[in-house]
Amino acid sequence: MHLSLNMKSLQIFGLLVLISVPAFSQDDLMKMLEEETKDENAVDFTTATFKTTRLINGHSIENVAAGVLDFRISHRFGYISGGAYELWGLDEASMRLGLDYGLTKRWMIGIGRSTYQKQYDGFTKFKVLQQSTGARKMPITFSAVASMMYKSLHFEDPTRENYYTSNLYYAGQLLIARKFSEGFSLQLMPSIVHYNLVPSANDPNDVLALGVGGRLKISKRTSVNVEYYYQIPGYKFEGTENSLAIGFDIETGGHVFQLYCTNSTGMTERTYIAETTGDFFSGDIRLGFTISRVFTIKKPKLEMD
Amino acid sequence: MKRIIIIIALALVGSAVYSQTIFMTRSGQVSFFSKTPMENIEAVNNEVTSMLNPASGEVVFAILVKSFRFEKALMEEHFNENYMESDKLPKATFQGKITNLSEIDFTKDGTYPATLEGDMTIHGIKQHVTSTGTLVIAKDKILATSAFQVKPADYKISIPSLVAEKIASSIEVKVNCQYAPKS
Repeated sequence: MHLSLNMKSLQIFGLLVLISVPAFSQDDLMKMLEEETKDENAVDFTTATFKTTRLINGHSIENVAAGVLDFRISHRFGYISGGAYELWGLDEASMRLGLDYGLTKRWMIGIGRSTYQKQYDGFTKFKVLQQSTGARKMPITFSAVASMMYKSLHFEDPTRENYYTSNLYYAGQLLIARKFSEGFSLQLMPSIVHYNLVPSANDPNDVLALGVGGRLKISKRTSVNVEYYYQIPGYKFEGTENSLAIGFDIETGGHVFQLYCTNSTGMTERTYIAETTGDFFSGDIRLGFTISRVFTIKKPKLEMD
Repeated sequence: MKRIIIIIALALVGSAVYSQTIFMTRSGQVSFFSKTPMENIEAVNNEVTSMLNPASGEVVFAILVKSFRFEKALMEEHFNENYMESDKLPKATFQGKITNLSEIDFTKDGTYPATLEGDMTIHGIKQHVTSTGTLVIAKDKILATSAFQVKPADYKISIPSLVAEKIASSIEVKVNCQYAPKS
């Protein structure tokens, strides 16, 4: 009797030990690690809202990384409406060469030269807010761009008293973007372009426009982009059209290749926002492409042992 | 009744033995190298978390994929966006066991070769792997190092033909973790 009770208690003891052992199985060590490393303060910043620093004609909220130089070659052909005689625009080409550089994670600068009106341009772009989830929730990314353009084309009327400042133009843009999902991002671009000298007496010195653009990824490395600038009536030049562009971003390793069609001729804020004259829907469409190649100038130090 | 109390007490002691010191790190290092004639790519992650249970030989790793740092910013973006899809699959993990536990005396300082076996999950794909490494035990600290090869194809990480020449089909991974007792 006494012995059997002992046997029984041994069995219970064994059972209890068995129960206590699985509590330290691998799954639990993993759970323990997860518990231990749970970071309530972690902020997950949204990245890759767009593939590159330009949506199509204009800026996106993306910056080149700090210490990275981006060499951009942009091309526009002539109007498709030129027909077979102009080989649907391919006989004519206009281009912009540009160099962009990332000063910090949030701040980039760039310069460019366009064949169109022999124009020089420079800009600075700063990311004020970055979309994030986690401990700090920010629904949008917000950037500001300021740019300046100088038309170096000779004055139309040399007999008139001309000031070099007449060829200076300024533009300011606010970029508000949200990456809604892995494949879909949207951006709003309220913009102002200032002219020291306007084409005719009735034209305003400040052109106002609201831009809207977005991208839809159709594969991991390709997206479809659309960009439209609506000029505010009363703050636009006579005889101009709203700028519309539709295109693809194709990413190939170190390059981003953009292929698009647009009714705009110039590739700076002033020229595409305020001076687009082509009517997209009657065939005044230019084929265009941009090749972007990045070079790492300042390598971040990797802490290796 | 007395007996039952003793039994429970013994069982608790039994479990206490198993719950002896667990070693941990939050700043482990995992780096990888891809070597091809076209381009060398390397990245390092200094925020690797891991736990080691000397009593059972269990080892677990959890790695935030986004914490890998590259020399080129664009590579880092592509690594996260196109290859690892780290928004959808933020973590890589390893759960395994030291298989030669009897040859390692965690109470005695020294250098011990170790073999490890377990499940590695990268890009949401689980693979059974084995690896060898070294454990250096010194003054209540454990330094673990290991090096092994990972094939992106095994984890369904597709590499487009356009860049296939620049990314090695087998990538060398190095692990370097300094563990301290978990308080």
